[in-house]
Amino acid sequence: MRIQLSVNGEKHEADVEPRLLLVHLIREVLRLTGTHIGCDTTHCGACTILMDGRPVKSCTVFAVQANGRQLTTVEGLEQDGTLHPLQASFMSEHGLQCGYCTPGMLMTGVAFLQKNPRPSEDEIRAAISGNLCRCTGYVNIVKAVQHAAAVLQGGA
Amino acid sequence: MEPRTSAEVGGMGHSLKRKEDPRFIRGKGTYVDDVQLPGMLYLDIVRSPHAHAKIVKIDSSKALAVPGVLAVITGQDLAKYNLHWMPTLMSDTQMVLPVEKVMYQAQEVAAVLATSRYAAADGAAVVEVEYDPLPVVVDPHKALEPGAPVLRTDKKDKKDNHIWHWEWGDRAATDRAIAEADVTVKQDIYIPRIHVASIETCGCIAHFDKVNDKLTVWMTTQAPHAIRTVFALVAGHVGLAEHKIRIISPDIGGGFGGKVPVYPGYVIAVAASVLTGKPVKWIEDRMENLQADSFARDYHITAELAAKKDGTLTALRIKTLADHGYADAAANPSKFPAGLFHVCTGSYDLKAAHVEVDGAYTNKPPGGIAYRCSFRVTEAVHTIERMADLMAHQLAMDPAEFRMKNFVKPEQFPYKSALGWEYDSGNYHGALQKAMDTIGYAELRREQVDKRRRGELMGIGISSFTEIVGAGPSKHFDILGLKMFDSCEMRIHPTGKAIARFGTKSQGQGHETTYAQILAEELGIPAKDIQVEEGDTDTAPYGLGTYASRSTPVAGAAAAMAARKIRDKARKIAAHLLEVAEEDLEWEPGKFSVKGAPGKSKTIQDIAFAAYTNHPQGMEAGLEAVSYYDPPNLTYPFGSYICVVDLDSGTGEVKVRRFVAIDDCGNIINPMIVQGQVHGGLTMGLAPALYEEISYDESGNVQGGSFIDYLLPTAVETPKWETGHTVTPSPHHPLGAKGVGESATVGAPAAIANAVVDAMWHLGVRHVDIPITPAKVWKLLREHGVTE
Repeated sequence: MRIQLSVNGEKHEADVEPRLLLVHLIREVLRLTGTHIGCDTTHCGACTILMDGRPVKSCTVFAVQANGRQLTTVEGLEQDGTLHPLQASFMSEHGLQCGYCTPGMLMTGVAFLQKNPRPSEDEIRAAISGNLCRCTGYVNIVKAVQHAAAVLQGGA
Repeated sequence: MEPRTSAEVGGMGHSLKRKEDPRFIRGKGTYVDDVQLPGMLYLDIVRSPHAHAKIVKIDSSKALAVPGVLAVITGQDLAKYNLHWMPTLMSDTQMVLPVEKVMYQAQEVAAVLATSRYAAADGAAVVEVEYDPLPVVVDPHKALEPGAPVLRTDKKDKKDNHIWHWEWGDRAATDRAIAEADVTVKQDIYIPRIHVASIETCGCIAHFDKVNDKLTVWMTTQAPHAIRTVFALVAGHVGLAEHKIRIISPDIGGGFGGKVPVYPGYVIAVAASVLTGKPVKWIEDRMENLQADSFARDYHITAELAAKKDGTLTALRIKTLADHGYADAAANPSKFPAGLFHVCTGSYDLKAAHVEVDGAYTNKPPGGIAYRCSFRVTEAVHTIERMADLMAHQLAMDPAEFRMKNFVKPEQFPYKSALGWEYDSGNYHGALQKAMDTIGYAELRREQVDKRRRGELMGIGISSFTEIVGAGPSKHFDILGLKMFDSCEMRIHPTGKAIARFGTKSQGQGHETTYAQILAEELGIPAKDIQVEEGDTDTAPYGLGTYASRSTPVAGAAAAMAARKIRDKARKIAAHLLEVAEEDLEWEPGKFSVKGAPGKSKTIQDIAFAAYTNHPQGMEAGLEAVSYYDPPNLTYPFGSYICVVDLDSGTGEVKVRRFVAIDDCGNIINPMIVQGQVHGGLTMGLAPALYEEISYDESGNVQGGSFIDYLLPTAVETPKWETGHTVTPSPHHPLGAKGVGESATVGAPAAIANAVVDAMWHLGVRHVDIPITPAKVWKLLREHGVTE
């Protein structure tokens, strides 16, 4: 099937099998390998991307379902050489170690902060609970989201 | 410790932002599955639904008819090259692909090679295998009973399922001390089978270049050099020589011990690439990862602890049955079948101890590796810390007071333990006191008394652990004969920038930053000017890899030693440039100055330039060094953790209200990274304490084989960790550092378990095995008269 979609502002066309998973389209056809795969059951969130602004786990979406949609992957967060405040906060707050869950965490976090610009700690923890991290114990990921929230509000 | 270097240099003690992060936050890391080569083929694996069965027939015809499928590889195919079995790191054997029978559910049975990931999976789905089921042995106790079906029929003359017996310590003295003790406590403790479940699974791309006869393997390995040597030794007969094998360990998405072993998938991919001359990718999925890769733990322990009436501990006796699955595929140093389990006297000054372990075969996947710990140290710590709490409660002593009474005292270091280890340094009283002060221990005990009056269940648990890491001294430590040194090779360029390569491999620990800081500390070259590389066996010096918290104790020491060799040469060059004797120079990080004339100096950058442009007559040009560091002893990080839990008597849920962790890893290189390691380690301690277990039903069906039922803690369950540290340098490490990656995973489960039992002690509860699920607590509460 032929599909058209926009990824990080760039238009793409592809001829795909109906069963092709979106994550495989992104990683293996479009070669955007920042989106990762960590499980088979939609639990880990390493493959999280934004579809029309909403976070989705791209291992559980078919590529054909993205036809006509606007996607953002981790590679699309940096704009004109400027990191998204959440990317910068992950670095400054030591919110990552092996880096494998990081792109998914970033995409979930970016969408969450758009919806909830002044979140409580509990709200942040609930928001990222669909993204598993084995390295950080989440403490510094929560701090990074808090820090980015402050920056986006112009407070830091 | 105040940093000796400026923030610009960024040596030890600076919370330098990580050099790894700019690529990771942009999604620009390179993990194995990100590598895509032209003409690459894909491997998918057919796995057994049975835990024990004869293979009657494998019919590949339907698979071969699937478009894109090129071949179906079976054990018969590998047997032609004698590659159907492979050695484990513990001198046992395991199958690559079976010829006669399968030994556990999810074992590899055949592999499908195809032109795409999807075609390979399609092919694997239609390989038809006829099995003849055999009796299944799941319980290791039953495995050792007379008449149990013998599993390893491949081993001639093997008449039972017993693998080995190992014991350590003075049996007679221990038996005597326990017989004569005023008070003894005895407890069965099961430490269940768990899985590291790094978020990246395992995989590889094998690429055999037929023109140059060179095999390159990108693989998820924590020990690339050892893997290269193993490949050369195992496959030498089919023409793979060590100089023609290149292992590249790219960015790794978490290792925790699970990426130390060689799994069959790697070997099949290599064989497929050698046969086809094409790159072959094998990436396991999560269920394969949980169901077939090496497990950790699975120790069935019986422990006895003895004390005098006044609470002075006298002796410890431990018997353990280790369930290894169908092969002993642990990743221990060769001389230690039960790892370093005999550090089980812990932080206590025990005069007598004896420990024995028996290994048993069962119809489960082979193992066991460490789960973020140094060779069975978590098993040891969990046992002694549970037993210490049992004894304290038995004696009606406060568990903190009891520990303070029995700790090895600061003046006893270096301390020779009853089981023969020489602890390098420690201040156990200091760490526990700091934890108690931080959490407000006395106030919590008062609150607990009040709550008990009201019928509320609150518990306080302590774990004062001692680790043993940094394997290890070559006299005792080797893996397949390879001594457990590690290495650093540093080269300084003419403009004073540098590259340093190591025999280890980071999996998230931040080596690119930490090692650069060590070198910056020693040479005064800014950490940002030092590029650190690991994981490519064609370029890095030989080393045994990263696991068991050995990178800082061994490779970190090698970095310091290499830098000091460079400094020695730099001193000669500086003397030449300043036209003084070497003895007239003094060093401060970054420059040599003439004593008494501080204005007369040469920076390390000046000296580096001179090493290539104006070096002294008779001296070789260049400024570089290599160090292979053989540690004189292990290091012994320690700490005290205090956990407060509230139990929901209606649901049995354990709520961790507070958790204070005071760690002592000696001198700290990067405080930010150390704290991050502790946060992560604590969460991987919480996980097996409350959530994670892989178990099997009586037919050998795996329970907990996917993220649906193998429960990793999310941000919601994970407490807000409170961390702190004391600093007791290691006297033998060149930087006084000890290693920290695993301390928290080792120490945390006992604190949580002790807190849960503490909450129910007054009801008569004495023990609960981890994971402490709501169902277990609910049942215990009902059995002890709590009805809501």
